[in-house]
Amino acid sequence: MKRRQFVQTAGAGSILGALGMVAGCATSGAGNGAHVVIVGGGFGGATAAKYIRLWSDQSIRVTLVEPNASFVSCPISNLVLGGTRTMADITTPYDNLARRHGVNLVRDRVTGIDADKRIVRLAGGGELGYDRLILSPGIDFMWETLPGMNKPGAQDKVLHAWKAGPQTVALRQQLEAMPDGGVYALTIPLAPYRCPPGPYERACQVASYLQKAKPKSKVVIFDANDDVTSKGPLFKKAWADRYKGIVEYRPKHTVVDVDAATNTLKFEFNDDFKAAVLNVLPAMRAGDIAVKTGLATANKRWCEVDFLTHEAKAARNIHVLGDSIQVAPLMPKSGHMANQHGKTCAAAVVALLTGKQPNTLPIYTNTCYSFVSADEAVHVASVHRYDAAQKTMLTVPGSGGVSTAASELEGGYAMAWARNIWADTLA
Amino acid sequence: MKRKIGISAAGLLALSMSGWTQAQTVDPLQVRGWASTCATCHGTAGVAQPGMDSLAGLNKDDLYKKMLDFKSGRKPATLMHQLAKGYSDEQLQALAAYYAALNK
Repeated sequence: MKRRQFVQTAGAGSILGALGMVAGCATSGAGNGAHVVIVGGGFGGATAAKYIRLWSDQSIRVTLVEPNASFVSCPISNLVLGGTRTMADITTPYDNLARRHGVNLVRDRVTGIDADKRIVRLAGGGELGYDRLILSPGIDFMWETLPGMNKPGAQDKVLHAWKAGPQTVALRQQLEAMPDGGVYALTIPLAPYRCPPGPYERACQVASYLQKAKPKSKVVIFDANDDVTSKGPLFKKAWADRYKGIVEYRPKHTVVDVDAATNTLKFEFNDDFKAAVLNVLPAMRAGDIAVKTGLATANKRWCEVDFLTHEAKAARNIHVLGDSIQVAPLMPKSGHMANQHGKTCAAAVVALLTGKQPNTLPIYTNTCYSFVSADEAVHVASVHRYDAAQKTMLTVPGSGGVSTAASELEGGYAMAWARNIWADTLA
Repeated sequence: MKRKIGISAAGLLALSMSGWTQAQTVDPLQVRGWASTCATCHGTAGVAQPGMDSLAGLNKDDLYKKMLDFKSGRKPATLMHQLAKGYSDEQLQALAAYYAALNK
């Protein structure tokens, strides 16, 4: 009761308007008007928002705080860099979550969390009270590991494009402006990082574009890992067969600094390397708000969670989803996985707010397609099941696997996968 | 060859019967959670976007048999054979019943 009063008094301005709109139709179900605040509208947060509304028969109020007006998908964004898809193809508005499911959309950024008082503070000045809070803030970068990238202008020149959006467009423009014969250099941090096969797919897409548009150009991949971290034989076959003389792969190359002014990479052991276009993927960690709230209990980078509920180990009533979590063994940081986290968390939150026990045997699937050309794709798939003895998610023995070879058939499935996960998450 | 198929069909029926009785005891909320793993590609309510098969309203026994055939490798696939192996026969039985009960 106290909580509900707080939410109503705290909900000023546009927030009050949004909450008030739903309050009228949210009083009949078992959720009793409980309020869940979700921070971050990616694959994890948006899925959780939709499924809490569905599975509580709209009796739990959900507020989704997200600064962007539309969802821009990281999966398929490498095809925008390759020039065969557009930003419009990977962009989906959030309004279906509000219109069809009654999610309150608050276009803002969360600047602070008071876990004792159960309130979040918004950059725009307001506050939101919650019964349970779900953080799905994705990743942020460990810029401190690359001192030169903290100089003025460096991050505007040397791009990561590892959060789909304006940087995707800007990196495509850099590739278009690169002269024929130029070198595009991509650096990959030590795992774990967001989307294990993503960098290797990107190398294929850039190579595919250069092969047609600037055939004297090259793609050089500098990987801090000992070898390709996902679908290795399939990517190496693509580089050897399709992009021979274009793609060069150099493992065990750890970037320690970047001189953006001269487009130069500096390595731990190897010689400096200068390229026409640098695409640097810095080391990654949980999103800023999760770290700031003290939830990144694993190496100060990732948030440990209870896999039955996704509640953070470091805070009661706060759940963490998606790329920010400390993963279970063999669990990738992927959009598909975040979608699955969102559902497990949604079911648990609905159960907890309606006096039921959360499910005791969560299962996740993961399906991840990578395009090796404009039309042909390969996949990796896995199934993960809760292990009560070890209290973590383990892959089911004998399940999962990769493609036997790249194919147009799987290219078609990859686009169908994207359409379906976007709809399941956002529509 | 024909005889072999006959035997395996009879075996499948027996499995299907035992699986069904067990599926009855599974908590429906747990089944709903498992079913949501399929929904990522096959639609929140089992009605897929173009390019994937919809599961809503399919015949329960046909859907269960299809999943078992993926699992055994009898039915060729790019990926579903790898995912089907992640579920017990009882779980597949419960999932088939869940999607069969949804409106097309």
